[in-house]
Amino acid sequence: MVDVAIKSTDGHPLVFLPQHDGYADEYLQRILRRVKTFAMVGASTHWRRPSYYAMKYLTKKGYRVIPINPGRAGESILGETVYGNLADFPEKLDMVDIFRTSEEALDITKDVIAAKDEKGIEVLWMQLTVRNDHAAQLAEEAGLTVVMNRCPKIEFARLSGELSWSGINSRIVSAKRARPINA
Amino acid sequence: MNEMQPLKTDAAEAANQREYGIETLAVHAGARPDPVTGARSTPIYQTTSFAFDDADHAAELFNLQTFGYIYSRITNPTVAVLEERVAALENGRGAVAASTGHAAQFLVGATLLESGDEFISSNNLYGGSVTQFGISFKKLGWTCHFVDMTEPENIERAMTDKVKFIFCEGLANPGGIVLDLEALAEVAKRHGVPLIVDNTLASPYLCRPFDHGADLVLHSTTKFIGGHGNTMGGMVVESGRFDWWQNDRFPSMTKPDPAYHGLTFAETFGDFGFTMKVRAVALRDYGPCMAAQAAWNLLQGVETLPLRMERHCSNALAVARYLEGHPKVSWVSYAGLESSQYYELAQKYLPRGAGAVFTFGLKGGYEAGLKVVDKVNMFSHLANIGDTRSLIIHPASTTHRQLTDEQKVKAGAGPDVVRLSIGIESIDDIIDDLDQALDQA
Repeated sequence: MVDVAIKSTDGHPLVFLPQHDGYADEYLQRILRRVKTFAMVGASTHWRRPSYYAMKYLTKKGYRVIPINPGRAGESILGETVYGNLADFPEKLDMVDIFRTSEEALDITKDVIAAKDEKGIEVLWMQLTVRNDHAAQLAEEAGLTVVMNRCPKIEFARLSGELSWSGINSRIVSAKRARPINA
Repeated sequence: MNEMQPLKTDAAEAANQREYGIETLAVHAGARPDPVTGARSTPIYQTTSFAFDDADHAAELFNLQTFGYIYSRITNPTVAVLEERVAALENGRGAVAASTGHAAQFLVGATLLESGDEFISSNNLYGGSVTQFGISFKKLGWTCHFVDMTEPENIERAMTDKVKFIFCEGLANPGGIVLDLEALAEVAKRHGVPLIVDNTLASPYLCRPFDHGADLVLHSTTKFIGGHGNTMGGMVVESGRFDWWQNDRFPSMTKPDPAYHGLTFAETFGDFGFTMKVRAVALRDYGPCMAAQAAWNLLQGVETLPLRMERHCSNALAVARYLEGHPKVSWVSYAGLESSQYYELAQKYLPRGAGAVFTFGLKGGYEAGLKVVDKVNMFSHLANIGDTRSLIIHPASTTHRQLTDEQKVKAGAGPDVVRLSIGIESIDDIIDDLDQALDQA
C-alpha cells in the first residue's frame, strides 16, 4: 500500500491509530455487504477521473452512489443528481466515501458526524491515499465504523476475486469459490 | 441497510489479517476453485477471446473501468493465477506474465523508457541480458550503463538525469555473486528511481528483494519458478511502494497516456498502476504474452518451489564443498562456502541457502573445462539453469560467447570457468558423476 504521511494541519495533537494500518478481510466484507447506498464526496463529472471509474463500477455492482460535489450541484453523474453537500441529499445514507485530500477529510468528517443520526450513516470510508487519524478518532467516538486509505471499488473487486483477473495480489487463500461479496 | 442489527465492526480486529507462509502461498495463492465449475486444479483456459455481456460491458472493459477478460494477449484466467501466485510469493502488489524472462525485461523498458533515456545495470548478469541491454536496446535509443555493483558507489558515477531505473541480479548468473540489495536500494532511493532486481536465481523462497527495498522484481519463470526445464516464461512483479510522483522522471506513469485515451495510470490504479500500465500498454502493443498452457505447466512446477529449493541448495552446498577439496579445481565461487567473499552477504540475503547455480575453475583451463563437460554422464550439457536435473555448461564457449573477453571475465565467465546448476537427484550420484569426469579431465 502507498505510504501516507500522517499530517496534523489543524493544530490538533498528532493522533496515530495503528489499528488502521491494515484491515482484516472480514471487516471490509461486513461493511461492503451491509452498505446499499452511499455518498461519494468529490465525485467527478469527468469520465476519465478515478472517482468516476469507482462510481461506475460500484453502481454496476448494485450500490446506489450519490455524488457530492459543490461545484457541480444540480448536474447529473451516471443518472444520479449531484448534491452540493451531504445535508442537501434528502434520503438515508449508509456510508460516506471521501474522495478528497487527507486535510479536507477532517471537515468532511465533521459534516458526516453532524448528519449521521438523521441520515442513518454507519460507515465513514476514506479513499486510497486519504488518511486522517484525527478525523477517524472523532468518527469512531461518534459511533461510526471507519476505513481509511482504501478504495471501495478495489476492495470489492479484491474480495470478489475480480482484482485477481489482472494479476493483482488479493492476499486471499481459500478453498471456496469466489463470488460477488454483496450477492 | 438492515436496521435490525447494528454493524458490528471493531477497528481493533482490523489489523488481524493472517499472513500465510510461503509454502502455503506456493500451493494456494491466486487459485481458488473455478467460480463456475468448482474445478479445484486451475483449468487451462485455452481460448483467445472472451464474450462481452453487451456493448456497454465491452466499452467498460476497453476503458479499464471494470475488471474482466477481453483477449488472451492481455489477460487470461490461467495466466492470471500464475501472475497472482508469483506476486504473492514475492510479497508484491501485482504481476504481469510474459512469454520469457527476456520479454519481461523488454516490457519494463518499453514502459519506463523513451528513446534517449538511460538506465544503469550491474555488469554481473546473464550474458543474454548483457547483449539485450547493451546492443539490442541501444537500437531503440535506450542506453544502458554497465557498472560493477559490488561497489554501490559505482552507480553514483554513472547516474544522469536521464536514468530511469537501476537493474541487477541479486544473486548473479553465473558467478555466485551476491549484491548488497539494501545498499543498492539506498542509492536508488536517493536518486528517486526504482531498483529492479532479477530474482531468477534466488527465487522468492531464498530471497524476497521487496523486503530489502527493491521496487520491481523480474523473473525468468523458465528457471526455478517452473523448475522442470519444460516451459518458457517471464514475470514482472511490482512492490506497490514506489512513488512515481516524487519527481518528473516518470511521465509514462504520471501524465495522461495518449496510448490509453488520456488515462493517468499512477493516479487511476494507485499502488498497482505499474502492473496495469505494463499490461494495458506494453503487453497489449508489443504482444509477448504467456500462453495458457505455459502458465499451467509453470503453476504445476511452482507448487513445489519450497521443497525443490531446499534440496537444490543442500545438494549445491555439498557439491561446492566436494569441488573445493578437489586437487584439479583451482577455485569455487559459491556464496554458501565460508571461503566466498560473498558469504556474509549470502547469510544476510539468502539465509535458507545460496542457490543451486555456481561456477568453478579448473587448473587445466579452457581445455580441461571442455573435457569435464564432455565426460559427465548424468549432468546434462545445455543452456538452461534451474531444472530438477543437474546441468553443466562452459559459459565462455556458449551462453556468454557473444561477449568480449573482457566482458566474459567481468561477468564471471572466463575461459577456465565451468557453470553448474545442481539438481535434486541423489547427492552421491551427482558427486560421483563429477568425480569420474574430473578424473578424466
